[in-house]
Amino acid sequence: MSNTENKNVIDGYEPVIGLEVHAQLVTRTKIFCGCENKYGAEPNTLTCPVCLGLPGALPTLNMQAVEYGIKMILALGGEVRQRSIFSRKNYFYPDLPKGYQISQFDLPIGEGGVIAIDVDGVTKDLGVTRLHLEDDAGKSLHPEGSGDKYSRIDLNRCGAPLIEIVSEPDMRSPQEAYAYLSKVKQILQYVGVCTGDMEKGHLRCDANISVRPVGQEKFGTKTELKNMNSFKGVERALNFEISRQIKTLKEGGSISQQTLLWDEKKQVAVAMRSKEEANDYRYFPEPDLTPLLVSDSWLEEVRESLPELPNARASRFVTEYGIPEYDAGVLTDTRHLAEYFEAVAKKSADGKLASNWIMGELSRYANGGEFDFAAPHVTADDIAHVIGEVKAQRISASFGKQALKELVAEKKALSEIDFAGNQMMSDTGEIESIIKNVISANAEPLERYLAGNVKLIGFFVGLIMKETKGKADPALVNKILREKLESRRT
Amino acid sequence: MMDTTIYKALTVSQIREGLLAKEFTAVELAEAALSLAESEGQELNCFITLCSEKALKQAAAVDEKIVLGRELGRLAGVPVALKDNMSYMDYPTTCASHILEGYVPPYNATVVDRLIAADAVIIGKTNMDEFAMGSSNENSYYGPAINPVNHTCATGGSSGGSAAAVAAGIVTLSLGSDTGGSVRKPAAFCGVQGMKPTYGAVSRYGLIAFASSLDQIGPFARNSADLSALLSVITGQDEFDSTSIDFDHPDYVASISESPDPMRIGWPTECFGEGVDAEVLGALEELKKQLEEAGHTFVDISLKNLHAGIACYYVVATAEASSNLARFDGVKYGLREGDDSDLLAMYRQTRGKGFGAEVKRRIMLGTYVLSAGYYDAYYLKSMKVRRVITEELNEVFNKVDVLLTPTTPTPAFCIGDKTGDPLAMYLSDVFTVIANLAGTPGISIPAGKVESGLPIGAQFLGKRFDDARVLQIAHQAEKLLR
Ligand SMILES: [Zn+2]
Repeated sequence: MSNTENKNVIDGYEPVIGLEVHAQLVTRTKIFCGCENKYGAEPNTLTCPVCLGLPGALPTLNMQAVEYGIKMILALGGEVRQRSIFSRKNYFYPDLPKGYQISQFDLPIGEGGVIAIDVDGVTKDLGVTRLHLEDDAGKSLHPEGSGDKYSRIDLNRCGAPLIEIVSEPDMRSPQEAYAYLSKVKQILQYVGVCTGDMEKGHLRCDANISVRPVGQEKFGTKTELKNMNSFKGVERALNFEISRQIKTLKEGGSISQQTLLWDEKKQVAVAMRSKEEANDYRYFPEPDLTPLLVSDSWLEEVRESLPELPNARASRFVTEYGIPEYDAGVLTDTRHLAEYFEAVAKKSADGKLASNWIMGELSRYANGGEFDFAAPHVTADDIAHVIGEVKAQRISASFGKQALKELVAEKKALSEIDFAGNQMMSDTGEIESIIKNVISANAEPLERYLAGNVKLIGFFVGLIMKETKGKADPALVNKILREKLESRRT
Repeated sequence: MMDTTIYKALTVSQIREGLLAKEFTAVELAEAALSLAESEGQELNCFITLCSEKALKQAAAVDEKIVLGRELGRLAGVPVALKDNMSYMDYPTTCASHILEGYVPPYNATVVDRLIAADAVIIGKTNMDEFAMGSSNENSYYGPAINPVNHTCATGGSSGGSAAAVAAGIVTLSLGSDTGGSVRKPAAFCGVQGMKPTYGAVSRYGLIAFASSLDQIGPFARNSADLSALLSVITGQDEFDSTSIDFDHPDYVASISESPDPMRIGWPTECFGEGVDAEVLGALEELKKQLEEAGHTFVDISLKNLHAGIACYYVVATAEASSNLARFDGVKYGLREGDDSDLLAMYRQTRGKGFGAEVKRRIMLGTYVLSAGYYDAYYLKSMKVRRVITEELNEVFNKVDVLLTPTTPTPAFCIGDKTGDPLAMYLSDVFTVIANLAGTPGISIPAGKVESGLPIGAQFLGKRFDDARVLQIAHQAEKLLR
């Protein structure tokens, strides 16, 4: 057994993890009716007889949701089943007004696929089992401490289109699960079918988890983890459950197949009451919908509409713009960032500089919430202009940063920035005379420099830059200053 | 006030002529219907709700159109009743179940919109077996409907109220739904015509589902011209029902007026053997003879899988029903029993008190056949049998144009006679369920009476989308038997 595999082993046990990711699609309307598919409206205002599950109402399939499902399975490298069927998943719950969810069971629209992850520099391909379409349930609200003894139901979300992406049990650590989930989110966003917002519930994740002694091929008994509301929550819940299972086994106990709910506040996973989980979903083909057929021509059309995916784009950035692989990875993290970078790189005709400025200055503003690559208030052209000025040495790098600050943080227009007044001083004679004056006016520091305190060169540079109001080329200043200082040693 | 005898005999075309000739008004027709519904209808227990207010408004609107010389819809002023499983805005839709008590749909079924667009006047909502589950209309929370021909007899089900209301002359037309014979059987028992169109011909949107893959809305009338007029109005693809189909067909009223080319008529020997009442057999033989004389050829054919139809039907129908009826849980509308603190107890008590015995039996049966470990043996097997039955029927239709069978093995039975034996009740659907399993059209027309005076039903079955041909042969048979 190699070392890379061993690092996931804890006390002689290896975790085995599979994830089920539910992604809410950003279609205009719900999956089986014409109601608006929107987050955050007044409760129960986005409903109709169909999504309310009123007696006699029937579903009709939203083809945009189908298209999004096709896009995603293609983006994952899977296959589209050109004749798939919907099935009913039957269970009782107050926020499920029909008493069943319309999902896909034995014949889903998408099958197969691979997600490549990178954990600590080690890449690994994780298998995707299937992708299917289904409708979402409503939301049960249990207001705590409000004095309301009733649970309330909001059916706005009911009938929102979902895709469920089921992975193979290929993950061997919570870190791999985290990386998988991040990658799924990234691809969803790239393809433009889901916001990926886990906090708002647009992306949800359940995990199947078991542990087995190292070297054992057979999987251990698995448990299902639900109710994780953030990426970190998934990682924490998995760590908790792995430890619990290993501890149980080491103490001579056995794992029982059950569903656990992650409690983020208490940081524990609690088993559901068996009454709640003893579900036989009694799947059977949905008689209200005809089989879903995807024609060859439609499939091709959708395939052609797919955007370039993150991994392909990163490799292209490396070859096309000569940037390091790591940078290419960072710059392709989101589709918007990648597109912004590429626009700046093209305009400035310098990929490396564009990458530095975007990964440095601009990302700092983005992280601070002052800039959004998805909705940029400064155009790529303007950024490219600043970079171009620095590159041509018409302005200093420090004024370049200042210009960026004015554009981004102060929301100034490019025309309002004083490039002319901040032209770099490139006249060697002028710089020389300023340096001479500075040296003459500071006899005592000069003495100390000549006596061996060479660090004082910084002191002189500071004075000179101040004198030139930062417009002198620092490299040039350094070069001339060093010559002048050394020439005093006679 | 209109003369009741005259009102009761009016056909759709006579109503149109009479309205245009100002012999009577639509309001007078509606008043006659409503008053009959309150007197005879009450006796026959064939209505659950009367829609008086809207009916009188609809009728007044028709009269106004006539005064203004505006174009009239195809069913202008015709009094129509709806089985109480079709959603009609602002009126209770009960499915004859306690569990839907207080539920008022906020939308119209597509067929209701089509009736309204055709200027029909909707008189009321009719009695039925609870959730359309039954063959006699005895499984109604509101009590059984009474057969107008013989008040001790069942109307047949599940659309018993709709059949009785037309048979008694309270309304000219009505709609029922047919899942395993629920239109054709009460038509046979009450002596009227009733048809199950091709699956997908009529939108199911707004029809409260019993078994979605089998349910089909169908018309009742006292003659095939009226039946054709109603079918023409309700047929057509609907964007709100994915299983509805657009298919070419002639106008049904126009096509029955032409006498049909000689047909090859299949005579399934399995439908004329043991268990079929001798007088029923005699009536069918007589009809056969007359059709032969009219130039049609009869061919003995065999439906070897007919016997499997009932078992197959009760697995598929109950499976779908168990899921369709899950939504009646006391959470959102209708009955709620139990206290607020225990969700599971509320579910149990609501469904325990809200559903009748037959509905509970079918939900349990359907839940069982879909359960893990039993799915393959029951549901999957039944789906395979369904395919075999469908293929057999399709093959038969390669050889013949239509089939003639009795609608039911016997005429109407007495109320209470079969309620103790659900299996005997189920078996009375043996000749009708195959059309639902195969999605094909079928019609029941009166074909004489037994000595006691009870009507006999003859059934014509056609191939998919051949609704026009089924109506044509029914129309000709009707004329021959007159
Ligand atoms: Zn809706």
